[in-house]
Amino acid sequence: MTFLGLPDRAWFWFAAAFYLAGLVLGTAAVLRDRRHSHFAIYGVLALGFLGQTIGLYLRGRATRGCPIGNLFEIFQFTAWSSTVLYLVVGTAFRVSLLGYFSSCLSAFLTIVSLGMPAWDPARPAAALGGMPWVAFHAALAVFSYGVFALLALTSVMYLLQTYSLKHKRLRGLFSFLPSILDLDHISLRLLIAGIVLMSWALGIGAVHWLHDLSSVDTPKLLTAFVWFAYGGVLALRLLGRLVSQRLAWACVALFMMALVCLGPVNASRHPVAPVAPASLKS
Amino acid sequence: MSDSGPVLFLIGASHRTASMEAREKLSLSGGKLEQLQHSLRALAGLREHTVLSTCNRMEVYGVADRSAAVEELQALLCGIGGMEAQAFERIRLRESGRAAIQHLLEVAAGVDSQMVGETEILGQVKEAYAKAQAAGATGAVLNRVFQKAFQAAKQVRTDTAIGEGQISVASVAVELAQKIFGDLCRCRVLVLGAGEIGEKTAKAFRSRRAADMTVASRRLDRAGELAAALGAKAAPFEQLPALLAESDIVVCSTAAPEAVVTPAIAGAALRHRAARPLFLIDLGLPRNVAPEVVELPNAFLYNLDDLARIAEENLAHRQAEISRARALLAGKAAALWDQVAARVGGSGGHTAA
Repeated sequence: MTFLGLPDRAWFWFAAAFYLAGLVLGTAAVLRDRRHSHFAIYGVLALGFLGQTIGLYLRGRATRGCPIGNLFEIFQFTAWSSTVLYLVVGTAFRVSLLGYFSSCLSAFLTIVSLGMPAWDPARPAAALGGMPWVAFHAALAVFSYGVFALLALTSVMYLLQTYSLKHKRLRGLFSFLPSILDLDHISLRLLIAGIVLMSWALGIGAVHWLHDLSSVDTPKLLTAFVWFAYGGVLALRLLGRLVSQRLAWACVALFMMALVCLGPVNASRHPVAPVAPASLKS
Repeated sequence: MSDSGPVLFLIGASHRTASMEAREKLSLSGGKLEQLQHSLRALAGLREHTVLSTCNRMEVYGVADRSAAVEELQALLCGIGGMEAQAFERIRLRESGRAAIQHLLEVAAGVDSQMVGETEILGQVKEAYAKAQAAGATGAVLNRVFQKAFQAAKQVRTDTAIGEGQISVASVAVELAQKIFGDLCRCRVLVLGAGEIGEKTAKAFRSRRAADMTVASRRLDRAGELAAALGAKAAPFEQLPALLAESDIVVCSTAAPEAVVTPAIAGAALRHRAARPLFLIDLGLPRNVAPEVVELPNAFLYNLDDLARIAEENLAHRQAEISRARALLAGKAAALWDQVAARVGGSGGHTAA
């Protein structure tokens, strides 16, 4: 299946190129000690998002379901989720450098997944069982990963700003970072939003699982574990027991853990040896 | 300067050409400005003029029908300053045509200021122009030149880093507080001690709409005086632990021989603050805040040396931008000169100082 004669992976490369362009633009501005153009970063992210949307659409049509059936698709979908969040709500936060960091993350997720053909094995159509509610549950869960990805970014920015102010290094990249309190407020909102989305996803999934307990497999348990861990972090934050740098480190570490958990998810869905990328067979 | 046809000129002295004593003589205070303007209006052959008088410069921009009018204007300035013509010529700044425009653009943009990139000068140039305009002393040439100078000054600030970073200790402290808290309108400021530098810094925070301010000093009467001047509350020094827990920004400038904010006191305050950071500005000598406080999570400590170093770095950074700003303004001056040259019959500019 193609669009304008190009298969899905070509569109994913197209998206990766624009995310990378955002990274290069932002880095060049920082190295020149100049404030980067929000308009330019927003533009390249929007173009990358467009390419990725087309790629995911083609993949979804080919597999007749939400394109989150293997690790490659989950990475692409997570990058897409964090980008759409930035494009829709990121500008409302009015946080400088968030667009730059978003392009870094999206470039990383898309390029790494594109560089790993083994993550994109051929899979049967409708890998999520062809049930719309199950697909919706899975899409919501992966979308919440996008929110947590953005949370990891704001946490990294928080840690960088704290380091800058503690060590009195205020030039270069540090001079453009948002205030510590703004980052803390945004991180808290993202943490709550991510947990709400994941709770919603798990709630929908639970309705299905309760009817079929045997369907509770490793991916679902891992998702529940990630939800529980983030919930714990939120509870401790609201109680004032986990704040400032420790909270930021916890959010970064949890996102890393969530990404690592995607490995078993992929393995459980594709226990056989990987084969050629899907696009080569389309 | 050509002796035929009208000429756009600048004459005066600035901190770059004249000592403070010389600038004091040329200062147009106490009615001297009105006296000069009255004389300029009566000066034959002077078509347009604007007088810019600040603590660092006294400059007259004008359009004269003949160069002899500029010589007469110089004699007027010598008279006001009580200076011999030769003495004035040694400190004189005199430009014409494009060079005069370039100079005005650099002045308005803060490129020619002693504190490079400062913004106050733009307001002073605007005020000087407004006064001249109100008095009917400007015409087609100066109106265009000054209005374009204001636009160029704004563009230089946008396109270069000439105005980035604060260059005074108090402003640096405020800028750092904004890096921690963002908008300061919800921040509570505690001023410890009633020292002069502490008062200046507190005023800088007040000007940035800090929500609440408390002054604590060992002498409650002095705390009361400073609090009244700042529109703040006064509190006894003994309440320090409780005040620290309630405050976001602490400005310390006491004469205490040893640290008054210890890690124990700061740590106890931070435990009451959940996620809110604590910013300590130590302006005291000896230091009022124990250096170990910086090790506490969510505590940020800057002393006088730190702030001075940042101010110096910012100033050096601004100075490094001067050549970029000058190049940008040179292009603007050339374009502007092309527009007005026909009206003043010039073909370029030269330095006559």
